[in-house]
Amino acid sequence: MKRYVIVGNGTAAAGAIEGIRDTDKEGSITVISEEMHPVYSRPLISYLLEGKTDEERMSYRDRDFYDRNGCSVIYGKKATGIRDDIREVYLSDGTVVPYDELLIATGSSPFVPPFKGLDTVEERYSFMTLDDALDLREAVKEDTRVFIVGGGLIGLKCAEGLSSITKDITVTDLQENILSSILDTASSKLMQNHLEENGITFLLGDSAERFEVDKAYMRTGKTVEFDVLVLAVGVRPNISLIKDIGGETGRAITVNCRMETSVPHIYAAGDCTETKDVSSGTVKVMALMPNAYMEGHTAGVNMAGGSSKFQGAIPMNSIGLFGLHAMTAGSYEGEAFEEVKEKSIKRLFTKDGLLKGFILVGADERAGIYTRMIRERIPLETVDFEMLKRTASTAAFGEKSRRRVFGGLI
Amino acid sequence: MKRVYVNEEWCLGCHLCEYNCAFANSGMRDMAAALKGKPIYPRIHVEEGDRISYAVSCRHCTDPICVKSCIAGALKKEDGVIVIDRNRCVGCLTCVLVCPYGALTPGPDGVMQKCELCLNNSSGEPACVRGCPNRAIVYEEREAAK
Repeated sequence: MKRYVIVGNGTAAAGAIEGIRDTDKEGSITVISEEMHPVYSRPLISYLLEGKTDEERMSYRDRDFYDRNGCSVIYGKKATGIRDDIREVYLSDGTVVPYDELLIATGSSPFVPPFKGLDTVEERYSFMTLDDALDLREAVKEDTRVFIVGGGLIGLKCAEGLSSITKDITVTDLQENILSSILDTASSKLMQNHLEENGITFLLGDSAERFEVDKAYMRTGKTVEFDVLVLAVGVRPNISLIKDIGGETGRAITVNCRMETSVPHIYAAGDCTETKDVSSGTVKVMALMPNAYMEGHTAGVNMAGGSSKFQGAIPMNSIGLFGLHAMTAGSYEGEAFEEVKEKSIKRLFTKDGLLKGFILVGADERAGIYTRMIRERIPLETVDFEMLKRTASTAAFGEKSRRRVFGGLI
Repeated sequence: MKRVYVNEEWCLGCHLCEYNCAFANSGMRDMAAALKGKPIYPRIHVEEGDRISYAVSCRHCTDPICVKSCIAGALKKEDGVIVIDRNRCVGCLTCVLVCPYGALTPGPDGVMQKCELCLNNSSGEPACVRGCPNRAIVYEEREAAK
């Protein structure tokens, strides 16, 4: 009977548990969970602030998930080291956990830049975990002045969530554009206007020089007074367990399409890994929940002796803010087709006869049809791309493809 | 398992399936009261290309990418049918971003909805198929198409 050990208890871990059990019903599964909660949907923490969900509904799997899958979970302990030669994991309290197959699903942690005077700020929060969200919900009242450092996905979802509690929210970012990792200037401005209409204040192209208790002194000379500070500058993949034993890492843990690390019997999945983006051909950290699940599932199947490959990873995002949705996928290279309206932007990027990426703001209908084209590298010459520019429709794919998809089991 | 399949050469593009779907899922007894003068939110939609039309609803894929992608754990496969727990859905549209067929759409409340083969409403079997005047959609068991 195999002993499976999973370090981490997020989406990738849940995927792995299901992947293992699809293949092996017998082996023992031990999950090491630093957080005190059963697996929950991390991206929902902003919806929790908004009151659109609650702790009960945030659980990613039903209550008897671990029991049903024969897992034992060790809560509140951190894995601090591995010995791959004798296949053991060491925990913060000295516990030794032996394994036959090991999965690293440690995710990422908030990156805190060395701001001067940061330690004088008492009301300082990150926005990564359920506990962060619960703490923030405690700390923010109707008249609380909130200052969010970071205008990316995390910072803005936090702003949206908190805006249902307080109207006094300022977001700063080093970049001139919000969501600069996924949007271009025009689509970023469209989203920014929408957020401003909903009461969010921005200080862009600026950064805090130093903090003093409840004040931020900005590089441009401005001063921001706040009651609560949220640091949402970015995240760093948690890679030390693999790095410490000489496993291959880049910005994150290097894995192949079977989710194997360079160390035998050790797999990795989720936000702590980097994989090949098929739209650009480059290796990237694509810390996305769907990828985390699929990578975890792939790892699980392979750990249990099955055979599974995770291919076709692309960066993609769907972020809704105050009712305006931005969807992006792939890479923004090559020629751009563009359709700009008052409240929407559609950009499709093509190169080498393939759809490479898209940006859709307020124009999300059936976007998955475009996503599939990027992921499966469907040649443009085989589809009616003129139709696809107007509207995402399966009608553009030709009769043969339609017959396969709509006329039979898929 | 029985699913809804398309005979595209028979589709008249009449959109009756959309109305029958919206009615079957309205929970109301009277079709006129349920639909007349209101925007409808069907879970099937008629796609129209060059000289072709056909109705698209969830394929209930054997390996559903929407289920794997749902950030809220709201999409599940139950006895082969992909169902949505609308109580869990937060309307993030990730399923729209990944579904290759455009089979998930937001309802009037912004919460996603999808075809569940009418197994959970009073119709009991797909209302779109029952009302199709030309058998352009059928509800039957099939193998993978070549």
